Order: sequence, then structure tokens, then C-alpha cells
Amino acid sequence: MAAEPQTIGELSRALKARQTTAEAIVDACLGRIAERNPTLNAFITVFDDDAREQARDADREIAAGRHRGPLHGVPISLKDLFDVRGAVTTAASRVRQAHVADRDATAVAMLRQAGAVIVGKTNLHEFALGTTNEESAFGPARHPLDPSRSPGGSSGGSAAAVADGMCYASIGSDTGGSIRIPAAACGLVGLKPTYGELSTDGVVPLSPTLDHIGPICRSVEDAAMIYDTLRGDRRPLDVARGGPADTAHDSRPLRLAIPRHHFLATLDAQVAAGFETACERLRESGATLTDVSVPHAGDIAAIYLHIVLSEAAAYHATALERRPEDYTPNVRMRLEMGRYILGEDYARALRGRELIRREVDAVLEGVDGLFLPALAIPAPKIGVPTVRIGGAEEPVRNIMLRCTQAFNVSGHPAVALPCGATIEGLPIGAQVVGAYGDTTGLLGVAAAVEAAFTAPVAATETYRGPGRSR
Amino acid sequence: MTVKAWLEMAIHDAERRGLPELKPLLEALAKATSALRTAEWNADATGEFASDAEPGSRMPGPGPEHGR
Repeated sequence: MAAEPQTIGELSRALKARQTTAEAIVDACLGRIAERNPTLNAFITVFDDDAREQARDADREIAAGRHRGPLHGVPISLKDLFDVRGAVTTAASRVRQAHVADRDATAVAMLRQAGAVIVGKTNLHEFALGTTNEESAFGPARHPLDPSRSPGGSSGGSAAAVADGMCYASIGSDTGGSIRIPAAACGLVGLKPTYGELSTDGVVPLSPTLDHIGPICRSVEDAAMIYDTLRGDRRPLDVARGGPADTAHDSRPLRLAIPRHHFLATLDAQVAAGFETACERLRESGATLTDVSVPHAGDIAAIYLHIVLSEAAAYHATALERRPEDYTPNVRMRLEMGRYILGEDYARALRGRELIRREVDAVLEGVDGLFLPALAIPAPKIGVPTVRIGGAEEPVRNIMLRCTQAFNVSGHPAVALPCGATIEGLPIGAQVVGAYGDTTGLLGVAAAVEAAFTAPVAATETYRGPGRSR
Repeated sequence: MTVKAWLEMAIHDAERRGLPELKPLLEALAKATSALRTAEWNADATGEFASDAEPGSRMPGPGPEHGR
């Protein structure tokens, strides 16, 4: 049985009004985990007793009139890259099996301060170095709608857990798309804020100059609530509008730009059709959509690759020498590849990053955001290395990164949100990209986009595919 | 070091380390490195960058397999 209500916004209001209890909600989530985790493999660690105790504490505080805010009593999970005091941070790797965190990551401490109930730690692609979640010391996480498919990655367990009703949100990390890709694959909302806004202290790094953290959840409103908590914003939220009261998007028609060149050039046919339908719905709502071009978008993959692999190699070099057998084979080889990159080529990539940042800034001038797909294909089958698009075989990993990695390179904030479904019922995700440093403004725009073409996504038992639920 | 020379050295070193399975990944990386080096936005000490400054360095074929 899926937990009710469906979103954090709904749950928070119900808890504050004492129409339900945190203990009942957490019990329902833990029951769902017990029932479904053997199939989906979404969680690596479940904090049953701690979660129940936290929930009872939340109920006592709320009953005493001390409601801490929108996350108080809300069950949330963490990608298993985040340190939780006294627990192993596995990063889905045998390399980390002896690690026990001696303190909470900063983000975890902020969630606890806000009264969130931490229910457990979720599966991921080993050390976040992959888009499918297939390479994990704990086995692959699986898609809630079709367990033969990947939920995306690297935060795949997080997305599977939220989509399946095991928790209300999960905190993931995103270095090339690892929040937005699984959010899109599972029909959820995923937020990558502006680079550097949210603390990565206590989070196992992949590539420190590309790493971001953020929520995977069921609505833009929920993403705004978590984002504000993680950056320590105490302003009151306008929960009906999806952001802080003083910054939610105003009522003027949206102006969105589509970077059609490069980003829309290689899409699965159903994703392309779903995206164009979403564009039409936006136009019907009064939005203006114009085509733009990021001139050097074709260089982004090479820039990204040299940065991410160099930085990852620096972090892993010692472990690769001492314990190579503890990595999954493909992750080990990709990390080893990074050890051969020359300093001069890393420097070229950094120069290229500045160019891409300026070019993304330029195409955002005069519009409220960029609008493009979040994921070029529907959730792929597990174990399938390539997909056929437009008559050509494309590596799954490459194609899954194509629409997202640009904004890790540039640092601009981006939200993935559901915009439709394939004929098989698999979610299709869109992406909205905002001005650098204005994640709050982006959330307002994303809330307006969400209102135009989709309702908040329900957990699996009542799930009919994004865009079909209203 | 040219991309070609770099690739030969990298493959040789990987084989010496008992990692022959790295070869196709390094070949893919070399294509990405070649694309990076020949991008028009690179700076150049002469003050005028020429995209063919390293003759024969651009490698044909599809792009790299990305890390993540």
C-alpha cells in the first residue's frame, strides 16, 4: 500500500493539521520498503528503528505546537554517498565496506534540524560513475514500473524509492545528470541547483568542480521545500506557487528557449514526440517558445570527460593501486582511464568550460529559462549497452548524458520534471534550465511549466504515467 | 606530446600494468582529446591558434564513451 498523501506539500499540511501522524506515514514507508526492496533493490541500508523513533519525536513536537517546517516528520532517504553518523557510507562499493562515518554530512544535519525522518540510504552506480545503476557492489537498482529496466543513475535507488512510495524524497548527487536522469526515467522531479550553492561536505566526491547535490521528489513544490532547507533559507514558503513567497514566478506568460541544435538532435522517437507535445501544451498555456543555439555544444562531451575523469582519478588513485579488485570491473577501468589524462588537456577543458558557461548565459538572456528534454531515451533495459536511435547504435551511457552534462559543465541550475509517457507507459522527462545563481527563480519557472502540463506524480500503485494523472 | 604519441605510451603502459582492456577506452579518450585540442577556442602562444596545429592529431570515428 502506497503511503498517502502523495507529496511533501500535502503531507506537511496534513501533519501540521494533525490529520495523520509521522509514525503512521513512516510505518507505511517502511512497510513498502520491506515489501518491494527485494525486487527493486533501491535501498542499501534501512534505518527502521531510528526512523520510527524520529517519527515519534516529530509527532510529540508537532502535538506540542512546535512544527519546525515543511519537512518535519517527512520520510526522506539519502543516496549512499552521504555520511550518516555511525553508518557505513558505501558509495555502492566494496572499497568503502570498512568506512563508518563519525558525523553527519552537512546536508544530513540540516535535514535533521528541519525535522525530516531519515529512513535509509539508497543504491547507486558505484561511486556515482555511471548512468544506469548497473555497476553496484549491491547489484542493480531496478525500475518500479518494469524491473527489467534501469531506473537511471547514478542516483537510481533514490528515484526508484521515491517513485515506488518508499519515501517522499531522496537526496542525490549530480555530476553529469545523476539527479535529473533517474528523475526523468522514473517520472519524478529532480533539482540540480547552481554549482556551489548546497554543501557537499560529508558527501563522497566524484568530480568536485562538477558535483552538485539536490532532491529527487514528486513535485516542484517539494523540490523548493528541500532546496530551501538545504541552503538554510528560513523565509516562509508560498507552497501553492512552488517557491519562497517573494520569488515565485509571476503570472506573466513564460518565455522559454529551446536549444534545439545538438540537444534535440539525437532523441528516441517517442521522447521527441512527447517533448513536442509538451511544447504544444506550453504554447496553449500562453508560453512563448523560441529556438536558440549554444554554439560550441558539440564540444561539451569532450570538455566534461576530461574534467570528470581527471578529478575522479585524483580521488581514487590510491585505492586503485591498493584494492583494484574491490571495484566493479567497468568502473575500475573508467577510473584508470582518467589517470592517463595530461595536465595540459585538463587545462584546455577548464578553458572550454568557461566558454560554455558564457554561451549558456547568452542564450538565457531575455527568456525565463531553457526548455529541453532531460533524458534522450526512456528507461533502458538492464544489461543492454547500446540503443538504436535514428538508424544508428548509440552507447547508452553517452546518450543518457547528452541533455544534462552541459549544465554541470556550466554550473547553471536545472530541474527535470515529467512531461509525458511512451506507449509502454515509461516516463518522459523535460528539463528547465535557469539563470546562474537564481535557482529560486528557476523553481518558480519550473512550477509554472509543471502547472501547464502535468500534475504531481503519484506513487506506483496509483501511477498512470506522468501527464496522465490529471 | 601529440595525441598519437600519448596514445601509444598510454596503451603500452596499460599493457605493462596488466590492463589490456583499457586499450579501447584509451582509444576513445584519444578521440575526445583530439577534439579538445583542435577546438577553435583554444589559446595559443603564437597569438593565433590554428586548428591543424598538430597535423594528423584529429582522430576519426565516433566520440568518447563518457565517464558519467
